[in-house]
Amino acid sequence: MTRRTVAELSRSLDRGEISSLELTQDYLARIRAHNALYNAYITVTEDLALAQAKAADARRARGEHGPLTGIPLAHKDIFCMQDVLTTCGSKMLANFVAPYNATVVERFNAAGAVTLGKTNMDEFAMGSSNETSFFGAVRNPWDPERVPGGSSGGSAAAVAADLCAMATGTDTGGSIRQPAAFCGITGFKPSYGRISRWGMIAFASSLDQAGPICKSAEDAALMMNVMAGPDSRDSTCVESPAPDYMTTLNDSLQGLRIGVPKQHLAKGLGAEVEAALQAALKVFESLGATVKEVDLPNNHLSVSAYYVIAPAEASANLSRFDGVRYGYRCASPANLEDMYKRTRSEGFGSEVKRRIMVGTYALSAGYYDAYYIKAQQIRRLIKQDFDKAFQDVDVIIGPTTPHTAFKVGEKNDDPVTMYLEDIYTIGVNLAGLPGISIPAGSAVAPNGRSLPIGIQLVGNNFAEARVLNIAHQFQQHTDWHLQQPEV
Amino acid sequence: MSWETVIGLEVHVQLDTRSKLFSGSSTTFGAPPNTQAGVYDLAMPGTLPVLNEEALHMAVKFGLAVDAEIGRRSVFDRKNYFYPDLPKGYQVSQLQFPTVGKGSLQITLDDGTQKVIGITRAHIEEDAGKSLHEDFQGFSGIDLNRAGTALLEIVSEPELRSAREAVAYLKKLHSIIRYLGISDGNMAQGSMRCDANVSVRKLGATEFGTRTEIKNINSFRFVEKAILHEAQRQIDLIEDGGRVIQETRLYDADRDETRSMRSKEVANDYRYFPEPDLLPVVIDEAYIEAVRAELPELPDAKRARFVSQYALSEYDAGVLASSRAMADYFEDVARLCGDAKLSANWVTGDLQALLNKSDLEIEQSPVNAQRLGALIGRIKDQTISSKIAKTVFEAMLGNEHSVDDIIESQGLKQVTDSGAIEKLVDEVIAANPDQVAQYRAGKDKVFAFFIGQAMKASRGKANPEQLNALLLSKLKG
Repeated sequence: MTRRTVAELSRSLDRGEISSLELTQDYLARIRAHNALYNAYITVTEDLALAQAKAADARRARGEHGPLTGIPLAHKDIFCMQDVLTTCGSKMLANFVAPYNATVVERFNAAGAVTLGKTNMDEFAMGSSNETSFFGAVRNPWDPERVPGGSSGGSAAAVAADLCAMATGTDTGGSIRQPAAFCGITGFKPSYGRISRWGMIAFASSLDQAGPICKSAEDAALMMNVMAGPDSRDSTCVESPAPDYMTTLNDSLQGLRIGVPKQHLAKGLGAEVEAALQAALKVFESLGATVKEVDLPNNHLSVSAYYVIAPAEASANLSRFDGVRYGYRCASPANLEDMYKRTRSEGFGSEVKRRIMVGTYALSAGYYDAYYIKAQQIRRLIKQDFDKAFQDVDVIIGPTTPHTAFKVGEKNDDPVTMYLEDIYTIGVNLAGLPGISIPAGSAVAPNGRSLPIGIQLVGNNFAEARVLNIAHQFQQHTDWHLQQPEV
Repeated sequence: MSWETVIGLEVHVQLDTRSKLFSGSSTTFGAPPNTQAGVYDLAMPGTLPVLNEEALHMAVKFGLAVDAEIGRRSVFDRKNYFYPDLPKGYQVSQLQFPTVGKGSLQITLDDGTQKVIGITRAHIEEDAGKSLHEDFQGFSGIDLNRAGTALLEIVSEPELRSAREAVAYLKKLHSIIRYLGISDGNMAQGSMRCDANVSVRKLGATEFGTRTEIKNINSFRFVEKAILHEAQRQIDLIEDGGRVIQETRLYDADRDETRSMRSKEVANDYRYFPEPDLLPVVIDEAYIEAVRAELPELPDAKRARFVSQYALSEYDAGVLASSRAMADYFEDVARLCGDAKLSANWVTGDLQALLNKSDLEIEQSPVNAQRLGALIGRIKDQTISSKIAKTVFEAMLGNEHSVDDIIESQGLKQVTDSGAIEKLVDEVIAANPDQVAQYRAGKDKVFAFFIGQAMKASRGKANPEQLNALLLSKLKG
């Protein structure tokens, strides 16, 4: 079966080959048939989707449409959506109906996209396997014994299994790119500040960034044209207008200077992933690019620095979940302290509690300098490493993950091993850079299933258009991104 | 043994911005509970702060008014603690890089001398909501209308040495923020709140004693009483061989005492760290100069000008300059009537007495500057005497009749017709032969008797100078 990209669906809608309503009904039927296995959705907004589809068809009939008008979409359940359950994968918010729309949601609504529902995710985006969700693990469509990655695992699985045409995700340490790699799809984390965080439930504010999860770089460009741009409600969102990401997709790669971090080819990298990377580099060379080694000497410190900064910010960000105003509250609290303790003990899962504890510790009197300040210094060094590398190259290409998708339950007892799987993606968040994961190969699992391999392309600050262009050119000359699992 | 009290004040001033510090919610006082709390104020997941530029502007204005260093790069931090009226579980404040750095202000001591008090810093932060512990049958109610309101916390150096100095400092601060128009400074409504750090030491000692922090002082009078009480409590404790514990104490105005709230030794660790949802605030020279250009004339400068321009006493000038509204009122009156000295006497005298009696601010004065200026003008042009003016002033209350109408309708116009006055004088002399004899025998004091009789006969309207001269010449015979 061939994948239906957003670009193709948009053309079909333009030509009147299919209506948005038919398309939406088709996706809703697929969700009904397959979601029980993959558990990709927490909430399906069927009535809303049908109403939006009808409205989209009417808009198209009036000629008041854009490329995404009528295209069925899923939002990671971290984005607040007015009058819709917004759980963030947590028991804490299992009853929370958001009173307002995230900017990202608002912009897709304005573009006329059709919202099919809210996708499963690691609780509060804390996880790399989607196993920490209160709503249960998500299954990888390529092999349901395996995880889809996380934290945007539901969005990645939904796109891979074609339970939506496109999905939103968020990426704090790799939460878009790693599941995209595990699920054989395209996932893009733009530069920090390129997409508004308003309405996106915060995990680590200085690292969180929304982005597209879809089937091609071209689709990512179409989504970026809706998602990116200034927003006066987010002070950390850049004020410069976003360019049209479609116009540069076909720029030539002649003379492109690619850097491959020597630290990424060191021990720990799976042989199949390395082989796929080398093959991809050959493709780029055939398109006129040159490849050289670059040095990211502090990359090995990125996971440690991240696991101080992100939990520190999270420990404060999650303080608002106290049972006072909304969300979960423990039954019959004896007094205020009892309410706080039991609400938070019962409402949060163990990974979230672990990170709140770590973050609280790192910010405590007497430890702040040794942990938080030190981690911020390392963060600056990591950024400087990238700055230096980008003096010599236009893009940095490496693996997205050391290995292909692991099995459900495989790494549950060893959080640190799981954390270390994010070694290639975390530095990109610490430096605030744009990074895309695109499919570039596959490996065969012992059970005979084929498992996708992703490579990561990292650009300089706000070089989103260039990153999408490079990824698109690769996809024009390869078909890894079009491969589809048997659903 | 002699003791010295050492005081530092932390004053929270609610900035009079139209919307909250980080959200667009209104800040109007007294709205029904939770009607002025938007999604950010309620700490809804996913919401973000956007700094209210007006609050920054006001903070810089204050900084310039107290000659402070303005932080060119100020940083907001999160101060973490759990409380139901703190919706986010952290307060956004400024720890290491406040908008306003070191500055100072000058206070006038009881003996008239001036003392400079250092200001350590002033930082911008958001207010919490209110917990309501009554009327909820065993539960507490939370009102988040106030949550997120902009505050400026002004921290003084521990340079105040008595409760009186502390009050003078607080009053000066109050005067400055009102001059700047950055807060109404209403202590009863909580728009100005004061915490006092108090310690005592033996006179001449160089080390500070252990301090306590007194919270919840909501009037100037209570600041004085609370500090006096706390200093005495510490002295008694030490003299009895005890030791002061560093702690937070609450002032109970009903009992006029402070009592322990919580010990600082087991205080919260607030785990401050930079607020990642806000960028550092960078202020350039042009911004500072633009704010400086808006600064009004401040109390000290105004007082000095009143002394030099109007030849007022330091005291009168100080009273008139203590509030911008009072000073403006005075200057309006003086301009209208052309006599600053007389205007100062009226504003600080009869008018102030009237305001005090009715517990009114100058802005609510029943007699506006135009009418008082007209009244004094009629004293100046001798239409009425100063004494009759008081009668007219009384008659002006509770209506909007013009000064001239009142004088006319009540027949209060001064008699300056020398023929009429002469007639009065003749009658008085004729009616009191005994007193005439006494006066002529050298008993000068009797002269006042004749003035009194003549004034009474004219119902107070005779021109006093003319009357004086005529009586004198006639009595001398």
